[in-house]
Amino acid sequence: MSIQVRNIAKRFGGFTALDGVTLDFPSGELVALLGPSGCGKTTLLRIIAGLETADGGHVLLEGEDASGRNVRERQVGFVFQHYALFRHMTVFDNVAFGMRMKPRAQRPTARQIREKVHSLLELVQLDWLAGRFPSQLSGGQRQRIALARALAVEPRVLLLDEPFGALDAKVRKELRRWLRRLHDELHITSIFVTHDQEEALEVADRVVLMNRGRVEQVGAPEEVYRQPATPFVYSFLGAVNLFHGRVDSEGVRVGGDLLPRAAQEGGLAEGARVLAFARPHELDIIAGNGGEGGMAAKVCRALSFGVTTRIELEGSDGQHFEVELTRERAEALALAAGQTVRLVPSNLRVFEYEEGAGI
Amino acid sequence: MAAILQRGADPAARFETRAATREAPWVKWTLIAVALLFFALFLLMPLIAVFIEALRKGWEAYFAALTEPDALASVRLTLIAAGIAVPLNLVFGVAAAWAIAKFEFRGKHFLITLIDLPFSVSPVIAGLIYVLMFGAFGWFGPWLDAHGVKIVFAVPGIVLATVFVTFPFVARELIPLMQAQGREEEEAAIVLGASGWRVFWHVTLPNIRWGLLYGVILCNARAMGEFGAVSVVSGHIRGETNTMPLHVEILYNEYQFAAAFAVASLLALLALVTLGIKVWVERRVSRPSPRAQDGATS
Repeated sequence: MSIQVRNIAKRFGGFTALDGVTLDFPSGELVALLGPSGCGKTTLLRIIAGLETADGGHVLLEGEDASGRNVRERQVGFVFQHYALFRHMTVFDNVAFGMRMKPRAQRPTARQIREKVHSLLELVQLDWLAGRFPSQLSGGQRQRIALARALAVEPRVLLLDEPFGALDAKVRKELRRWLRRLHDELHITSIFVTHDQEEALEVADRVVLMNRGRVEQVGAPEEVYRQPATPFVYSFLGAVNLFHGRVDSEGVRVGGDLLPRAAQEGGLAEGARVLAFARPHELDIIAGNGGEGGMAAKVCRALSFGVTTRIELEGSDGQHFEVELTRERAEALALAAGQTVRLVPSNLRVFEYEEGAGI
Repeated sequence: MAAILQRGADPAARFETRAATREAPWVKWTLIAVALLFFALFLLMPLIAVFIEALRKGWEAYFAALTEPDALASVRLTLIAAGIAVPLNLVFGVAAAWAIAKFEFRGKHFLITLIDLPFSVSPVIAGLIYVLMFGAFGWFGPWLDAHGVKIVFAVPGIVLATVFVTFPFVARELIPLMQAQGREEEEAAIVLGASGWRVFWHVTLPNIRWGLLYGVILCNARAMGEFGAVSVVSGHIRGETNTMPLHVEILYNEYQFAAAFAVASLLALLALVTLGIKVWVERRVSRPSPRAQDGATS
């Protein structure tokens, strides 16, 4: 089922949670709502589910306005961050709950319910836990049961609110992959909320980036990572180095230093105040104090585990920089802590400076 | 209250076994002795005294005092008052706790304060309120009199006073429990298609059942034992408006000590039974369901 939201607005007292959000969720896709806490992503999810009512705007389910429709009639499956399993029921009863709550005319027989529950428990690979109580399960198991419970009523949409937020890093990674596989099997339109950019990029077909109640960018994971549309997206997705400066005929001038810029993109006027971004791997280090161009910085320490070496540096005004080099390159440079070097970007993204852009 | 007693191995045992936190033996034994002495002197001895005094004139006199018509009437009235007040407060208490724990609304803090009012107001005042409202010279007195309805110095007044005094017990027990449990399970049930009533019946109620029972037990104990408020509205009409505590007082004032203690022993016995049930409930609360170890059920 496709979902569209049109101009959704929501305020809590003086706080604007959602400020005119318009989005399309095509049928069968797995979409991530990604943003920092307080950006409105969970509120949006709850409005789509019908657990919260919007102050303005519409939610269209399969092109039909659902604003007047009760949560019970929306046929959504909802997975909560803290599982929300019924603690006094066994796993079996939890999964069977939705089917047992159906009006008598639509309710499956006890036998059908039993078969369905067991097939769902097999799907989440936890059939052997049917008789246990939620308190006897691990976090990862609980969330898989919560998912089976949500799927039991054959929802047309699956909504997941930070489903892996309460789990430890290893389990989270495992469940992520598992959710992706499950989605490829079922092809049910799914939206999941997360503040973990790695999770969003890894699992979703498309990523919606939100900030301060607004949509910043929508796109495939690769697209939003490679071509961030706004300064916020750039700084939120992955590690980044930020420079405040002004446009110059040769590049971006930051204090007394000059960052060379290859392409004159965006048509920025000379002298305009800008934010320039470079990812850690897009900066190179030039040892020695000579040479023009690049940003002066002092080496703080080098961390070399894994395939690359991460070097942390400090700018003249105390700003923190991070550079990622191949190990060979780092070894060739033979950097020492306290040494002054110059940072030269191989790729620089420049945005016009805006007051209060959330950086 | 029940929540504090919940779960986990006894932390006192761990505290005791570690040298760093262990007190000197004389501290330990002095504290235990003081506590036990106090308990024996002020709690256990009076309780034993009640039964000794009750049986001073033998079993025959004891049973005679209990089966005397006025005594039976007082037992009946006490049961009626508790029988009405407890279910009413069960419903009010659950409704109030539900409203406070699960919804946001204006005046919520005022409502919480209001629930505590019967605890903070002297029971005598609680009784007087009803006399002032429904008594012969009260606000509604003349109107009630004209329609032949009698509230003060009659059974309805006693029930009203009992309801007032015992109101906070269930609500107070449930509010922290329901607040701690949050709304998510109910939300999950609604999304799964359950109607409001079924959510309450299948999700909310099972989650609060032991806390609820605990509140009801306390509420019942107070309803049967209430003296002050009931005394003001009762009018002390023998065989008609005397509850058990009031009956005990009358007998005592008439120097019928054995009879007074006999009825008192019945009340004390009731308190002991209540305590017994309370302990049992607490044990249920602190232990996960025994069904937990069973195999698959359907």
